[in-house]
Amino acid sequence: MKKTYQLEDLDCANCAAKIEQAIQSMEHVMSASVSFMTQKLVLEAADDHFKEVLQAVKKVIKKVDSDVTLKD
Amino acid sequence: MKQKRRLIKIIISAILFTLGLSLPEYAKLALLGLSYALVGWEIIVKAAKNIVYGQVFDENFLMTVATLGAVGLGEYSEAVAVMLFYQVGEYFQGYAVAKSRKSIAGLMNIRPDYANLCEGEQTKQVSPEEVHVGDLILVKPGEKIPLDGKVIEGTSSLDTSSLTGESLPREVEVGSEVLSGCINLTGVLKIQVVKEYGESTVVKILDLVENASSNKAKVEQFITKFARWYTPIVVFAALIIAVIPPLVMTDAAFSSWIYRALTFLVISCPCALVISVPLSFFGGIGAASKQGILVKGSNYLQALSETKVVVFDKTGTLTKGTFSVVQVEGCNFPTSEVLELAAYADAYSNHPISQSIRQAYAHPIDTSKISDYQEIVGRGVSVKINGVLVHLGNARLMKELGTASHEGDGVGTIINLAVDKKFKGWIKISDEVKLDSAQAISALKAANVHKTVMLTGDNKASGEKIAQQLGLDKVYCELLPAQKVEKLEELLADKDPNTNVAFVGDGINDAPVLARADIGIAMGKIGSDAAIEAADIVIMTDEPLKIASAIKISHKTLRIVRQNIVFALAVKGLVLLLGVMGMATMWEAVFADVGVAVLAILNSLRALSIKQ
Repeated sequence: MKKTYQLEDLDCANCAAKIEQAIQSMEHVMSASVSFMTQKLVLEAADDHFKEVLQAVKKVIKKVDSDVTLKD
Repeated sequence: MKQKRRLIKIIISAILFTLGLSLPEYAKLALLGLSYALVGWEIIVKAAKNIVYGQVFDENFLMTVATLGAVGLGEYSEAVAVMLFYQVGEYFQGYAVAKSRKSIAGLMNIRPDYANLCEGEQTKQVSPEEVHVGDLILVKPGEKIPLDGKVIEGTSSLDTSSLTGESLPREVEVGSEVLSGCINLTGVLKIQVVKEYGESTVVKILDLVENASSNKAKVEQFITKFARWYTPIVVFAALIIAVIPPLVMTDAAFSSWIYRALTFLVISCPCALVISVPLSFFGGIGAASKQGILVKGSNYLQALSETKVVVFDKTGTLTKGTFSVVQVEGCNFPTSEVLELAAYADAYSNHPISQSIRQAYAHPIDTSKISDYQEIVGRGVSVKINGVLVHLGNARLMKELGTASHEGDGVGTIINLAVDKKFKGWIKISDEVKLDSAQAISALKAANVHKTVMLTGDNKASGEKIAQQLGLDKVYCELLPAQKVEKLEELLADKDPNTNVAFVGDGINDAPVLARADIGIAMGKIGSDAAIEAADIVIMTDEPLKIASAIKISHKTLRIVRQNIVFALAVKGLVLLLGVMGMATMWEAVFADVGVAVLAILNSLRALSIKQ
């Protein structure tokens, strides 16, 4: 499953790159791309694990940059 | 809002800072302290938070260490200045990014907000998602057309510029197909919807542009990778500089080497680089879409800039794909009469060739003058016009009449005319070359494309003539669709590995070729799903010249990206060098770092603007 999410208050380009890298290395994630310019995350993960992946992604985002929030 | 608060903080802090510098000891310390707290507090808090989360090499942390280090060395004014300028840089980045996000959003302001759904005599305002195929909607002047459909009532002109970049309005009448995203300018239109909103042109285009920046270019990936190593390396270098020299050199003072290390920390943030690259690509993609060129990703923009061979499909790409009269000749007979008689003789036929003759004649046809109309299969027609026997058809028909004929040179189709079984003239009909095709080829050459090639299923005579007329380097004729793929494979095998081969087609029956090329460019078929799916770049108008524009935009974007990378690395390298030799102050370091970021961002914003 591939889904797009808005990342609010993503205003540091380096953080966007770090978030992208952190998500890419997560389990069950097939692909992830964070666009700093459009403030969007395109996440592709296994269907049956999508929910838990999304929760983990939210945690990782908070960890890298506490200002950024993922909007469903 | 956040930006405004930041600006106010910066201004107040700057005033306190300058005031403080001119005051005596204690007052100075107090004002500098206030100034520092104002701009630095947020950063220190964020640094502390991030350490809790295990993010050590975070720019907030580095700035905190650098400035607190300076305070420890008694360099109070430097500590404040570093924090202040760092915030100025952040403010500026935020400003530039917001500006370019906004200008792209403005560009893409084609999303319709509502539709006027017709229910009997009444209309109801509903969201476009609620309208279904077959429903009728009303579009008033000044409104956006919310869904793709067909006009069933009214005439108007449409502003299609947000889709095509074409500034001339398009006239529509009953039966015209209209695309969502266009703006209705003059009349009220009643439209029957042919596609659900989710499948409509406007949604497809928005999706495409919004997702474009997710497909990252090679250079973008390189920079993120670089940034990942740059910061830790500079930080470790700083650590070594602070500790090793004072231990091994007898006359080295700790404070002087720590100061040098702190200048390192000030320029350890790779922000200028990391921000300016996507900003430039975003600008380039935006500039392209302003001209009706949709680029599906930054990676394709970079690939386009490395394109050295452009392969064209002929029909519908370099030519209009419709028949028209290109030449009328009389044999001791006025050409106007050749055309008139031909139009009358073909009055009843629906063949595209007959239609093009009537179109060239452009006068109403009085069918009462026509009698004894007869089609002669595979040859043409015979008809009486005002009682005079007229034959219209190919050379074979003329031969059977026992009169002369014009054979032509194989380019286009020749229609012969005989009056009273005597050859009187001929008309040549062919597919017309687009107005800007030749200009497109020369513009591509000027944009450093080494080779232009045309692939066509047409016969050799037609293909070679057009190739010569347009100045193409190479033409392959009489190809079946599968053979077009083979030819492209050959060209791909021949190319220099660092360059790319682009294929331009109309996306209709050349989807496999579009997909096989390094970059597939589909053109002239907005609303065609096949084109949007198969291509990497979609040109929304019929103009081949736009391909050259796209390549120019890609060159400009990549040039800006390279300038930024080289410039930022050179300045950072220089400051690191001066810093380790003790020749750079923290002031200079922060100036250099913020200055580079500001200049790189300003340079990136250039990608958004386009010269016509």
